[in-house]
Amino acid sequence: MTAPPPSLSLPPQAAVATPSNDNLDVEAVRRDFPILQQTVRGKPLVYLDNAATTQKPRAVIDAVTHYYENENANIHRGVHFLSQQATFAYERARGRVGKFLNAADSSEIIFVRGTTEGINLVARGYGRAKVGQGDEILISHMEHHSNIVPWQMLCEEKGASLRVVPVDDDGELVMEEYERLLGDRTRLVAVTHASNALGTVNPIAQIVSLAHDRGVPVLVDGAQGVPHMPVDVRQLDCDFYLFSGHKLFGPTGIGVLYGKRHLLDDMAPYQGGGSMIKSVTLENTTFADVPTKFEAGTPNIAGAIGLAAAIDYVNDIGQDRIDAYESGLLDYATQRLGELADLRIIGSARQKVSVISFVMNDAHPHDIGTILDSEGIAIRTGHHCAQPLMQRYQVSATARASLAFYNTRDEIDALTDGLVRVHEVLG
Amino acid sequence: MSELRELYQQVILDHNKTPRNFGKLECANREQEGYNPLCGDHLHVYLQVDDDGVIEDIRFEGSGCAISKASASLMTDAVKGRSSEEAEAAFSSFQALVTSDVDSPVDEGQVGKLAVFAGVREFPMRIKCATLAWHTMRAALDQQTVPSTTE
Repeated sequence: MTAPPPSLSLPPQAAVATPSNDNLDVEAVRRDFPILQQTVRGKPLVYLDNAATTQKPRAVIDAVTHYYENENANIHRGVHFLSQQATFAYERARGRVGKFLNAADSSEIIFVRGTTEGINLVARGYGRAKVGQGDEILISHMEHHSNIVPWQMLCEEKGASLRVVPVDDDGELVMEEYERLLGDRTRLVAVTHASNALGTVNPIAQIVSLAHDRGVPVLVDGAQGVPHMPVDVRQLDCDFYLFSGHKLFGPTGIGVLYGKRHLLDDMAPYQGGGSMIKSVTLENTTFADVPTKFEAGTPNIAGAIGLAAAIDYVNDIGQDRIDAYESGLLDYATQRLGELADLRIIGSARQKVSVISFVMNDAHPHDIGTILDSEGIAIRTGHHCAQPLMQRYQVSATARASLAFYNTRDEIDALTDGLVRVHEVLG
Repeated sequence: MSELRELYQQVILDHNKTPRNFGKLECANREQEGYNPLCGDHLHVYLQVDDDGVIEDIRFEGSGCAISKASASLMTDAVKGRSSEEAEAAFSSFQALVTSDVDSPVDEGQVGKLAVFAGVREFPMRIKCATLAWHTMRAALDQQTVPSTTE
């Protein structure tokens, strides 16, 4: 995340207190990630597709392996030793996630498959009960499809309408329009913490405060937020916050829905099945309490344990250090890519996570992607599951380099050299 | 690197830069949009087919990568003036070419100029780029003739 431009009113000692980027020993960090040691097409792998999914440190891989080798059993069911071990490990993972987000209580943490499932859970459990004919749900123009489609489906079902906060040319939300669109019929605001396609970091605390002034709850898609900056859900005061484990150096298939307890208590279950009940007769079922009410069936136990290991790993390095390091790397990458005359970066918000979307004259993103791949460089090309945003900038696709704290300046140089080659190949 | 050269052959680069039969066909009696949801590539193929099923004219427009644009361009050259059956056969040969084993020989007699797309076989993720225009053309051919109107 890039720091906002320094204010003139800052006391001079503030600059001295800022942690140096040199604090992070990137070579040591890279040794923690087995996959980064490999070569691709005869070149050292340069992995710059972290907004799609991140690589996993040895600690996460080991935690999952350890669980399967030593603790595997179903949870909340058996009285036997292994079942207790597994239950303990799973619930301890929930506790660690709760602490990580600074939730008031670990029961506010629901394990889901990922951000997408979490949003669908809220659309079903909360939206279906609270949104009716003529009501409105407010999203932004920079949402990922996962924070658009569930709301469109809900609106269709309920006869409600979806309102959209516009984005300006720099890739920032137009806050005046946001305030204007917050109306008497707004039942929920659903907005991303950081844009996966532009990198823009949205002013969540301000968005929440304005919504709460009108009694409207706010859901935050934190898939691109949590990997790049410390998140304190109580400080943000958001009502729902979601993220995916695999974008935070954890396993795929595990994600987190945080919800304020009183909201979760009122919500209907998402799926029915085992675990989520207190008692079942053939006529009737009494549902379990939060969070179990939302976790029908055997959950992704190993995934939760792997996610907790990822959180421990990130905490050990320190999110502030990660933020500072990535911020320096983003500045460097922005500068290097800026040297290429025919390249245009899309998204120049004042506050960004380390995501750079760009287009090049006479070179389609797919061709850029294939040519970089031949140099061992992995980037994402396409619409990034954000087609409305692509339409906003009148492009069908972009190339996107998304950086993590294990990326280096040498890798940015390799990317820049690779981009120079694009025109050599395409002629 | 040689695989990359194999993919981006001069003929492909040339058709990408200056696509043939590019733009709307005003007198089209069949047309179809083709879309690759994976990457956002978008094509529009226009056909003018006579009563005997001969493709008298064909044009395309849209946005896409070098492979999809060059493929559309070369396709228009390949099927213009051909019967619907011949276009269908060309589709099958092209499809067979780009999805065949990397090591299998290319029958240039059958695919002609389209043999330049053999390099796509090394890049499985790009096969759809090469076939988008062909699928779109085929869907347009399958349509009933759009009645012309004086409105």
